[in-house]
Amino acid sequence: MPEPIITAEMLVFTGMDSMPVTYDVEKGAVAKFARAIGDLNPLYIDDLVARNSSYGGLIAPPTFLRSLIPGRYAKPFPEPFSYVLDGGSSYTFFAPVRVGDRITVTRRFVELFEKQGKLGTMLFRVQEIKYVNQHGEVAATQRTTTISYGTGQRDPAIDDL
Amino acid sequence: MIKTPSHFVRPQLWFEDVSVGQELGPLRKTVTTRQLVMYAGASGDFVPIHYDKDKAAEAGHQKVIVHGALKSAFVAELVTGWAGETGRLLELSVQYRGVDYVDDTLTCRGRVTAVGRQGAQGRVDMEVWVENGHGMVSTPGKATVALPVRAEIPGG
Repeated sequence: MPEPIITAEMLVFTGMDSMPVTYDVEKGAVAKFARAIGDLNPLYIDDLVARNSSYGGLIAPPTFLRSLIPGRYAKPFPEPFSYVLDGGSSYTFFAPVRVGDRITVTRRFVELFEKQGKLGTMLFRVQEIKYVNQHGEVAATQRTTTISYGTGQRDPAIDDL
Repeated sequence: MIKTPSHFVRPQLWFEDVSVGQELGPLRKTVTTRQLVMYAGASGDFVPIHYDKDKAAEAGHQKVIVHGALKSAFVAELVTGWAGETGRLLELSVQYRGVDYVDDTLTCRGRVTAVGRQGAQGRVDMEVWVENGHGMVSTPGKATVALPVRAEIPGG
């Protein structure tokens, strides 16, 4: 069996909350996201259709939330590996995210575990992200799993995950 | 004249029209490098395995790989397109079990697994998934939507 890689220094992150970050949901950013995913639903891009819909105005695609990147924790996670993979996401939606909303994003580090696989030892980090709108309503939550593995030249992008 | 987008011409899906076993899709997406770059820019995910083939190779991938979150966006499009304008996506969960490579054609599908009432609305649970060009499921998932109930609409 390989040595366990989870250290006490990593485990202190369990239960930690990140610094909140607030984003304005901008019309241009929503349209750009809709084009990038190739979903040209007029509710995301067409003012007139959206205004006459049951939403009464433009909304963001469900996974637009992914672009509202959460803030960092008080200190950097002592990441032992160089590469990352996304393990999956689980969203619960409570209220639509509308163009013009102000969304405050916070994440909590909920779980850490390791597994052996074809990539060698993999570290799994589970975080729960909360998206609260300007009315104080939780618009959505996202539970997301990040997998890291391997040693090599590290990409700085890894520190934002 | 106002141009009405085609998927708005389709009549609204009502809860009464849905039954267990009903299928969603297929929704096909051929993912180009261009789309991955657009998605990186729009989402802020600049992990280089999604646009730099040398970095992808270094991380053990044979080609540049598709962002998992882009696949979740495809699945969300499948479900919200099916549920229609007055349907509401309540839950969506996806697991990225396998990586998918650039230039592959991904196919999103779904199947209704349960239907039930929740107050004045209908609740529909489904399994959803993404298959790669070889027909292998890389991304299994689940979704739940609320649909309007015809019987609850006066004169509906």
